[in-house]
Amino acid sequence: MTVASERVLAAEGLERRYTVGGGLFRKSGEVQALRGVSFGLDRGRTLAVVGESGCGKSTLARVVTMIEPPSAGRLEIDGTDPQKADEAGRRRLRRTVQIVFQNPYGSLNPRRKIGDILEEPLVINSDADRTARAEAVREMMRRVGLRPEQARRYPHMFSGGQRQRIAIARALMLRPKIVVLDEPVSALDLSIQAQVLNLLVELQDEFRLAYLFIAHNLSVVRHFADEVMVMYLGRAVEQGSRDAVFEAPQHPYTRALLAASPVADPSRRGERTKLSGELPSPLNPPPGCVFHPRCPLANARCRAEVPRLQMLNGRLVACHAVEEGRAA
Amino acid sequence: MPATPLLEIRNLSVEFRTALGPLYAVDGVDLTVEAGDVVGIVGESGSGKSVSMLAVMGLLPWTAKITADRLAFQGQDLLRLAPRQRRRLIGKDMAMIFQEPMSSLNPCFTVGFQLTESLRVHEGLSRRAARARAVELLAKVGIPSPADRLEAFPHQLSGGMNQRVMIAIAIACNPKLLIADEPTTALDVTIQAQILDLLLELQRERGMALILITHDMGVVAETVDRVIVQYAGQQAEAQDVNGLFADPMHPYTAALLAALPERSVGRFLPTIPGVVPGVLDRPKGCLFSPRCPNATEHCRRIQPVFGHGPRGRVRCHYPLTRGIPENHPGRAEAAA
Repeated sequence: MTVASERVLAAEGLERRYTVGGGLFRKSGEVQALRGVSFGLDRGRTLAVVGESGCGKSTLARVVTMIEPPSAGRLEIDGTDPQKADEAGRRRLRRTVQIVFQNPYGSLNPRRKIGDILEEPLVINSDADRTARAEAVREMMRRVGLRPEQARRYPHMFSGGQRQRIAIARALMLRPKIVVLDEPVSALDLSIQAQVLNLLVELQDEFRLAYLFIAHNLSVVRHFADEVMVMYLGRAVEQGSRDAVFEAPQHPYTRALLAASPVADPSRRGERTKLSGELPSPLNPPPGCVFHPRCPLANARCRAEVPRLQMLNGRLVACHAVEEGRAA
Repeated sequence: MPATPLLEIRNLSVEFRTALGPLYAVDGVDLTVEAGDVVGIVGESGSGKSVSMLAVMGLLPWTAKITADRLAFQGQDLLRLAPRQRRRLIGKDMAMIFQEPMSSLNPCFTVGFQLTESLRVHEGLSRRAARARAVELLAKVGIPSPADRLEAFPHQLSGGMNQRVMIAIAIACNPKLLIADEPTTALDVTIQAQILDLLLELQRERGMALILITHDMGVVAETVDRVIVQYAGQQAEAQDVNGLFADPMHPYTAALLAALPERSVGRFLPTIPGVVPGVLDRPKGCLFSPRCPNATEHCRRIQPVFGHGPRGRVRCHYPLTRGIPENHPGRAEAAA
């Protein structure tokens, strides 16, 4: 699994800054949406990115899909840096990375037939002729559990689960190696969620897809992911294998996130440790460890010094308390 | 058992006329809520969980046809209530909070204005007294520096803070019943935990009844005492929370619980085949029969009543006990 050629996505010290606000009499602010995020992803594997709103997980999706360039750091998709690639190279990379969005009601054009929606990636990014494209559309529709004769229908004629199947089919039309799944099941009902998750697992096995899975539902992540990266305010605070992160979480934020996630078992009620406070403004992040205002273990060092992501207890974690052994 | 329950619903149905035919959004729902009860209503989209509570609040549009054998709050018939009397009840004794705090609050008015409005209307407080009470309420729901926040507009607060404001408005007149319709769905998990704890704390402190509408089985398990599972407008099962999660009676409940990722063991999750019936394909017999693993010819022909099961109430001809259908004629006929 660790053969060099298997690595399809590598990120090193990714940064993304946005300038916000600012007017005639007001100074503009800067939001650091991503700060030094590094990871690697192999074929056939799933990396889950978890965190609350504003943690930078969607910015990461936009950078990885080349919708936006990183402000700093290095990104390598299938062995090529999109920043350094020429136009033809970037075109090839766009076929390699595809994305499925959260809301299948918003991500499909209501004025276009399903067949046209699925065909469009081939029209733009391949030189297949009309008959080959139509055949590819039929084939992919069958693969995701839709009937090929439904190609003449419009998105509003489908249920939420079917629309998400269409969105997945569209992402796979160009046979990508990497698929970014941005909350792919959070808009779906429970019984439909299971169907779509199963479909994603099947497709991963069949096409050896690498998934960058962005989610906030930890039960789904635990079921689905191989590796997990927990983010808080643009930084990775804990990163490691699913079992390490879920079975023995180290960072106080990971622990709080796990404790706050509702568990469908009434006999385990009351095991919740509450996290007080809210996410600080990303415009004006706290000094030191960004988590310290909400952290039960914070001390003077945490308030002054930014913790470094380092290997501790079998995973990467950025926390002074864990490093000093205060987190046990 | 007290003579008049706080909320009594018998055979409530809500029908919408659509171009395709009648849509039964709510179909024969029963519910009795006593003071201090914490009841959860779970179901997928289109199960009628919100519509039934909107009918109780009188918030449905005129196109909805509401019928019920009984729909009473503190013994008062809600169906025969004049609008003026209803307005005296809604927002005072009976309050509701919604999923999207950002769109439930009026963006044009300050938090303070929206909070003092109901205090002045229902409690007849003076401007000054209402303001003082509003500060108290904001402090109660955990908003830091509440006096300053009165001047804030909803867009200046976070989603979690806005939901706290919604809760403050809802509890302003000490309601006896609070209906929370997916109060945490739009919020992050750490904030969700805070809001659920706040709701339970207020409920215990004031002895208020709480009806929590949600689609999240985890939220139900952690919050309520009694659960009602709805499917396609009907109640499928009603049981206390421990029993429901340990030993569900309705095959739909059992299938929903099995589909939870945290309960799965393999790489693939058990799924429920098919989809919820719509206006055109509403089955004649049991509404779940097309998707049910235990359905028989009897199920497909005759709709089960919401009767008393081995533990609570269930709408199934062959309720499950430890996963085994009772009195089931056997696999031979099930396959037929």
